[in-house]
Amino acid sequence: MSVEFRKELFASERDDNLNEIGKGTQRQDALGHVTGRSPYFDDHLFEGLLQVRCVRSPHHHARIRSIDYAQAAQMPGVVKVIRAEDVAHNFNTLLSLLNFGRDDEPLISSKKVSYIGEPVLAIVARTDRQARDAVAAVRVDWEVLPHVLDVEEALQPDAPVVNEVYPNNTFDYHDKYDHQKVRYGDVETAFAQADKIVEGRYQMSPIEQAPVETNGAIAAPETNDRFVCYTSTQALFFSLGTAAKLLNVSSNRLHFIGGTVGGGFGGKVDSLVEPMAILACMLTGKPCRFVWDREEEMQVGAPRGGERWYLKDGVMNDGRIIARQFTGYFDSGAYTRLSSYAIIKGAAHLPGPYHIANVKADVFCVFTNRTPATAMRGFGVTGVDFAIECQMDKIAHEVGMNPVELRILNAYRDGDMKAHRREAKNCALIECAQVAAEKANWPIRDEFKQMSSMVGGGGERAKIPHTVTDEDGRIGDRRAGRSGGQTRTIAPSMPAPAPAAYTSPPPSAPPSRAPQTVDQQPSYVHPAAAPAYNPAATQTPSPVAPTPAPAAAPTPAPAAAPAPDSGAPSARPVNRPGYSRFASNSGFRRR
Amino acid sequence: MSIHKGRGFASINYPIGMNLGGDPSQALVHSNPDGKFAVALSSIDLGQGMKQVTRQIAAETLGVPVEDVYVDTADSDTGPHCMGSFASRGTHRVGNAVIQAAKEARAVMMEAAAEELEVNAADLETDGKGNIFVRGAPSRSISTGEACGAAQFKQGKTVSGRGIFLIPMSDVDPETGEMTPVSCYAHAALVVDIEVDDETGEVDVKQMNSAYEVGRALNPRMVEQQLVGGAWMGMSHALWETTEPYYPERTHRPTDFNQYLMPGPGDIAPHNIAILERPAPDGPYGGKGPGEMCANPVLPAVANAVFNAVGVRIDELPITPEKILRAIKANGGAQPQGQR
Repeated sequence: MSVEFRKELFASERDDNLNEIGKGTQRQDALGHVTGRSPYFDDHLFEGLLQVRCVRSPHHHARIRSIDYAQAAQMPGVVKVIRAEDVAHNFNTLLSLLNFGRDDEPLISSKKVSYIGEPVLAIVARTDRQARDAVAAVRVDWEVLPHVLDVEEALQPDAPVVNEVYPNNTFDYHDKYDHQKVRYGDVETAFAQADKIVEGRYQMSPIEQAPVETNGAIAAPETNDRFVCYTSTQALFFSLGTAAKLLNVSSNRLHFIGGTVGGGFGGKVDSLVEPMAILACMLTGKPCRFVWDREEEMQVGAPRGGERWYLKDGVMNDGRIIARQFTGYFDSGAYTRLSSYAIIKGAAHLPGPYHIANVKADVFCVFTNRTPATAMRGFGVTGVDFAIECQMDKIAHEVGMNPVELRILNAYRDGDMKAHRREAKNCALIECAQVAAEKANWPIRDEFKQMSSMVGGGGERAKIPHTVTDEDGRIGDRRAGRSGGQTRTIAPSMPAPAPAAYTSPPPSAPPSRAPQTVDQQPSYVHPAAAPAYNPAATQTPSPVAPTPAPAAAPTPAPAAAPAPDSGAPSARPVNRPGYSRFASNSGFRRR
Repeated sequence: MSIHKGRGFASINYPIGMNLGGDPSQALVHSNPDGKFAVALSSIDLGQGMKQVTRQIAAETLGVPVEDVYVDTADSDTGPHCMGSFASRGTHRVGNAVIQAAKEARAVMMEAAAEELEVNAADLETDGKGNIFVRGAPSRSISTGEACGAAQFKQGKTVSGRGIFLIPMSDVDPETGEMTPVSCYAHAALVVDIEVDDETGEVDVKQMNSAYEVGRALNPRMVEQQLVGGAWMGMSHALWETTEPYYPERTHRPTDFNQYLMPGPGDIAPHNIAILERPAPDGPYGGKGPGEMCANPVLPAVANAVFNAVGVRIDELPITPEKILRAIKANGGAQPQGQR
């Protein structure tokens, strides 16, 4: 084990003469932690503290015919039975605090359950043992329903509806599509020009955040008609806002205290324990503790979701990647929680830290009959990074190239345009690859040692290519069996210029040592020579007209800007972003 | 039957902060009459070092020694709003809020010192050791404690400051995915050396060599802790952990740490780390956030090393001995791809 600081890299961008920054000063809380004296939420053990436990679904998917808790309510130590109707506003989605998505999840379910472990009743008792015994005595009459566990099966027309708020088993993006799109350039044309096509399917597994301290909260009545809640939350006001909404109380009647947490890793954002503890406290007038046991933490608490990614890359024999296409399925489980948002983060991350001129992605947030997924370290990115980097290794193998050099060759650099149409800056992938290879004694050629993130980006690589768009995957189409994404249309009636080509960064080494010379470059770098691409044969082409779109265009064309490639027509789809604000709403619903 | 050596590589970048912005954090800073400062936050310290990193940022900005600052986290009555500790946002977002608050408090402290020293506040500097002095005339000085005491008892000023950091929320274009997702990225590359036993399918991680670019390392020891721990988690994700071993089937679900496997002390591999610091233009003192991304390169690097060792692509995590053995069998035996 060794750690070194490579201060010589990027030294000109740093002032290293600071007083406190850059020093390995011991934490202010270290002494408390190592002596076991730091207070956590569970150290607030009030006199007469009551314990809460839940009755949970044993089924993937079932309707609740009735719940018989008469016997449980009479058992020793039982103080209160909490039912769905005791929750004042029993419907929420976590991101309603950001106006993102629709409410889709009750705190306690009363009509049906959509995953094993879904709570349908809570018992408040004097001891944990008594609460568990009472839970075991509750009788639920279930009507078991067909379930679906696989993300791709869930998209089939005959798959059961997991979550009635999203009857297509997919989150609705922007009130328009059943997935999030990325469209940048023209992958199909680039695939046709590539020397090789490399494809892969990758599956990220569900993973438990595994904090030492499980999710929990202790709530107690405070003076002045307020409630204090000691909590393990990772997001204090997030949990406070969620509790206030579910319980329909003013946020200033809730006093949340936390801040010292026994590990989170994303698993303590969902705010499920706080509202339940406070509700129990409200209903009993007593301090109440709701803490998950380890089984709940692992199987009821939301894990990192399973993600399935399909990648298709168009690659040249010299290792340059000219097109990359993704189809991604995030397994959100039965409810939305945060997966819908992570997908947008994932979409923005594509195609990884590489400069690829043609990128297309369709990413789905899919509902299945499993534990809802939520945040975990690297949320939205870890799974697709696994896919991208395994794919890079396959490409290196296919073209017979050193995998480190392949990364450096394709790495993004300062000034490059990214697929989400913002310029890259502050890049450092090349330097990381160089240093890691050096440390591992993994040889790379000199010209790759001399490349830099700060040189060779921008210019042609900063230009936004002509982009092919489509309206595939309108909400409801897929499940209704309507096309489901088979038909492609090309946005507005314009002839497309040739797809953007990969532009090699100028080598920082002398040209003779560059990985490839101009003569060796395939013809596709000269777009004017590329095969003409007519996106819609039925439309009238106007190959040289740099004029505005025909009258069929739904909105006026924005101010003319240079086409990505000189010599190509400057025509472009009118909905091409980067030149105008978005006309459509963003998916962030204001209410 | 034999042991095969394998070597794999992966490189990644990672967006810092909640995607699309719209995730504010606030900070309040104030001094007691002795010039000792408190930073009030509602942010969470999950063990990652939130309290300490904001403490150092506050001390640096105020120009006082770090022991003159304590950070209080997460009381909704006293700490101003913070979105939370996730998305690698703590250092970047909260750090910037603390800088703004500390600058405002520092300005009052400096004005108070100027009034006591009968000079212009613009001519004053702090030495970071608890003194405020006239630039070019270090003998004309006053302690930060005296300045704060004078502000509160003689001049009637509160030595306090408010800070907020917000990146306004970005729209997302439904047609192309155009958006302004985040403002800076961390980077990493990692080489892993493993051995695969083609009789048992077991993978033994022998060594990791890595380079992590984290912006400025605000506290190098805490960065080290994040990277070492995060790489361990990456190893664990790659080879051990899952709540659903036969996903998408829900069978064999682990319910405790006897069944939910993670690498133990004997499984931990030596890890040689190089830390690169390219400051983020909008980060607090150039800091980014190493928290989440440090696990990410390990997963694919291990998968790629398995291919190098025995010639099978395990594209489904975790890479269990069962999957490796089945794949080797389907491949007609181990096919080492050659030393790297």
